[in-house]
Amino acid sequence: MSASKLTDLSLAEARDGLRQKDFTSEELTQAHISAMEAGRKLNAVILETPEKALDMARASDAKLSNEEGGALEGLPIGVKDLFCTKGVRTTACSKILGDFTPPYESTVTQNLWDAGAVHLGKLNNDEFAMGSSNETSCFGPVNNPWRNKAKETNLVPGGSSGGSSASVAAHIGVAATATDTGGSIRQPAAFTGTVGLKPTYGRCSRWGIVAFASSLDQAGPITRTVRDSAIMLGAMAGHDAKDTTSIDTPVPDYEAALGANLNGKKVGIPKEYRIDGMSDEIEELWQQGIDWLKDAGAEIVDVSLPHTKYALPAYYIIAPAEASSNLARYDGVRYGTRLEGDNLLEMYEKTRGAGFGAEVRRRIMIGTYVLSAGYYDAYYLKALKVRRLISEDFKQAFEKCDVLLTPATPSSAFAIGENLDDPLAMYMNDVFTVTVNLAGLPGISVPAGLDAQGLPLGLQLIGQPFGEEALLGMAEKIEQAAGFDARPDVWWE
Amino acid sequence: MSEATNDNLISGATGDWEVVLGLEVHAQVLSEAKLFSGAATEYGAEPNTQVSLVDAAMPGMLPVINWKCVEQAVRTGLGLKAQINNYSVFDRKNYFYPDLPQGYQISQFLQPIVGEGEIIIDLEDGSTKTVGIERLHLEQDAGKSVHDQHPDLSFVDLNRSGVALMEIVSRPDMRSSAEAQAYVKKLRAILRYLGTCDGNMEQGSMRADVNVSVRKQGDPLGTRCEIKNVNSIRFIGQAIEHEARRQIAIIEDGGSIDQETRLFDPKNGETRSMRSKEEAHDYRYFPDPDLLPLTFSQDFVDEIAATLPELPDTKKARFMSDYGLSAYDAGILVAEAESAAYFEEAAKGRDAKTVANMVIGSLFAGLNKAGLNIVDSPVTPENLGALVDLLSDDTISSRIAKDVFEMMFEEGPDQGKSPSAIVEEKGLKQVTDTGAIEAAVDEVLAANPDKVAQAKEKPKMAGWFVGQVMQSTGGKANPQSVNKLVLQKLGIEE
Repeated sequence: MSASKLTDLSLAEARDGLRQKDFTSEELTQAHISAMEAGRKLNAVILETPEKALDMARASDAKLSNEEGGALEGLPIGVKDLFCTKGVRTTACSKILGDFTPPYESTVTQNLWDAGAVHLGKLNNDEFAMGSSNETSCFGPVNNPWRNKAKETNLVPGGSSGGSSASVAAHIGVAATATDTGGSIRQPAAFTGTVGLKPTYGRCSRWGIVAFASSLDQAGPITRTVRDSAIMLGAMAGHDAKDTTSIDTPVPDYEAALGANLNGKKVGIPKEYRIDGMSDEIEELWQQGIDWLKDAGAEIVDVSLPHTKYALPAYYIIAPAEASSNLARYDGVRYGTRLEGDNLLEMYEKTRGAGFGAEVRRRIMIGTYVLSAGYYDAYYLKALKVRRLISEDFKQAFEKCDVLLTPATPSSAFAIGENLDDPLAMYMNDVFTVTVNLAGLPGISVPAGLDAQGLPLGLQLIGQPFGEEALLGMAEKIEQAAGFDARPDVWWE
Repeated sequence: MSEATNDNLISGATGDWEVVLGLEVHAQVLSEAKLFSGAATEYGAEPNTQVSLVDAAMPGMLPVINWKCVEQAVRTGLGLKAQINNYSVFDRKNYFYPDLPQGYQISQFLQPIVGEGEIIIDLEDGSTKTVGIERLHLEQDAGKSVHDQHPDLSFVDLNRSGVALMEIVSRPDMRSSAEAQAYVKKLRAILRYLGTCDGNMEQGSMRADVNVSVRKQGDPLGTRCEIKNVNSIRFIGQAIEHEARRQIAIIEDGGSIDQETRLFDPKNGETRSMRSKEEAHDYRYFPDPDLLPLTFSQDFVDEIAATLPELPDTKKARFMSDYGLSAYDAGILVAEAESAAYFEEAAKGRDAKTVANMVIGSLFAGLNKAGLNIVDSPVTPENLGALVDLLSDDTISSRIAKDVFEMMFEEGPDQGKSPSAIVEEKGLKQVTDTGAIEAAVDEVLAANPDKVAQAKEKPKMAGWFVGQVMQSTGGKANPQSVNKLVLQKLGIEE
């Protein structure tokens, strides 16, 4: 099989091909390494680990030849740079971490390596996952493989998992790990025509993932198909005693849950997600999704999530508050970047002033402000109350339905630089996704079509806690109905 | 609390002042591992050898509660007769310092694991006083900054980073430095009894922040100053005395007290300003999102309660009722669990009062002089008991007993000689043979005819003869027998 054919394969197809010995992991990995090298213009991969990948591939081949190996044996994937990888530089795409090379492996990536996955390299992301366009990375922006019809400017791949979405959309890796704090898996997936799954909070261990906002962060996969998403999640998920917030509940066979019948299933349509100024295209896409699921046998019900409008402000209080504290450890004392000063305070100021980018500094300041004496009750405490109300909204909605269907983003991918000087416009990208993080629910973004510009759009399904199986089953129905097989023209090689 | 009973006032130029004291004691939890990591807690290890990835706040590391520390906090709460909160919350206290790797300390702010309790403190005059406990919470210790190893650089030792502390906060119920000292002593005794903190102030496993204010009796509370990290009972006393007088002097000069944090300097016995209220940190406490609320069942509490040892107050009451000891003696013996255990071991089946006297007298004096702890006593409780037996059955006199005790103390437990062996070997048995005593009495009387005449006029002179006889018998004669015979022979009525 030719190299380009090998990179055409979905994760499931590549897995089956390896098992049938149609090709070796070394061949598969080499094809992806070539794609990675050819795709450097995308700036999706910030650290290539081809030798490590080939070593791992050969080890996988040895296992495969003995009919052994895990669920991901021999499959080359990329890792968002937020995941600490033992002996492989991990920076969260921030200058403040310098050349930090962890002496430990995050639980999620360890789970993947244990399942046989092959490590292609570290993927670009917004600095400390703070951003919706991957433009805040200290390694520079990632270019979306997709371009609009005019092709005048490069577009963002979404964020913060922009390297993950772009690398998967460009067939550099068969899949990628990502993290989602307010939409950082689902929005980039929607912008790149890929599938992004944010699992239930506590489904994947956070141990070894550079923290942004601890109560919201959750790891998940970006893949090209729903089936691949199910396979990846099965390998990533699991209880971890090292993360108190991870939940000790068995990991089901997500792949086996695919193909379920939707008869009798109820899909809720939350009216509050029909926001002011929503484009006709998004409106139509949403209606299309409703029709597809109805055709597949589901019953459509109208539901209300009355506190939705408070979600974005609450999110932009809680997430920065936690971040301001989580990022205090980057002080130049023990690891990462240090700028010398004449005294301790000066060392802190210089180190953190130079080490953190503008968006990270903005969020640290917001977070510090909302936690300060005199403002805590008005902002942080109130935001926590909103968060509870939002959870309550979902609970009530789920009394009437099994899953919710919403648009994934308010628009398709925008141009690099377009929203950079308007943080509020940038934050609006998360309007459909943050509620899910605030309530700790699983959500998935599935490619559903192209807009007038020829850019992908996604639909989001929101599930009940640990309802990933139902979510994946329904997502597959949208995938099938949409028949989304568009690929970006390869302009980057 | 009755304010009128305070007789520990400090007199100033404008009259008497009352000092109001509240203490926050940081007690290091006795546990093998740290509060949120598996790193060891042993004291005195090489710098930075007991540091886990969590303690060093490496990226992506998460805290996981050590249930042993929770158990110890509950145990301590029960020992302080306090409210145990089955639901409590860990918060982050945010501030920057090089020995605080996370940039925040995980502590408990609004919802501590232990609520209100009390401690009964024992005062010098034998009286007691109840001091309220406001709360006890669990928190991480910071590392240690080392400033004296390099001319320009400071070093950081993270061995202590993340070690579990209990912060035990008292009500402002104390009214003198002596009461504050008694409070710390009693708290330390309770913690040691419970085995939840070794109370070792020199090693920093127990240290106190002392809140001091002064007022004229009956006035509302004055502005307080907090003296940070005082690490000995003596220093607590000195710091309070100095601080109270400093505040009185300022107020009497027409000034007012600034609420501030102060440091005690043991070199000159003074306190000095560390930071003012304006400079106080805004710690931005908020619930730690890495940790779920700390919850446990009543069964968990009950199981711990079932293993609680007898605590000093109960033991003291028992020593008074069962052994007939005075409050004072019982108080001294129960101050340390080891002394109480020693006493009970030695007193088994014997005259407890004599045992108590020998423990408090000879043994404590000897240990004090030798700088030894009672668990390292050269005289075992068995031998001390056996010595009391020899005294009780008149085998030796109390004077000889003192000598034998000293010999046992010198030889140490390794020599293992029982007191009876020593008495036998050295021929120290009390002479109870009345014939021999009578001969000795007769000899003394015969040698001092003038004194005999005087004694017949002045019966008190008899004591002189007794002393002479004791001397001539090398102290071995039974003093009661000698006394009886002397009086008899002098014809003095008993």
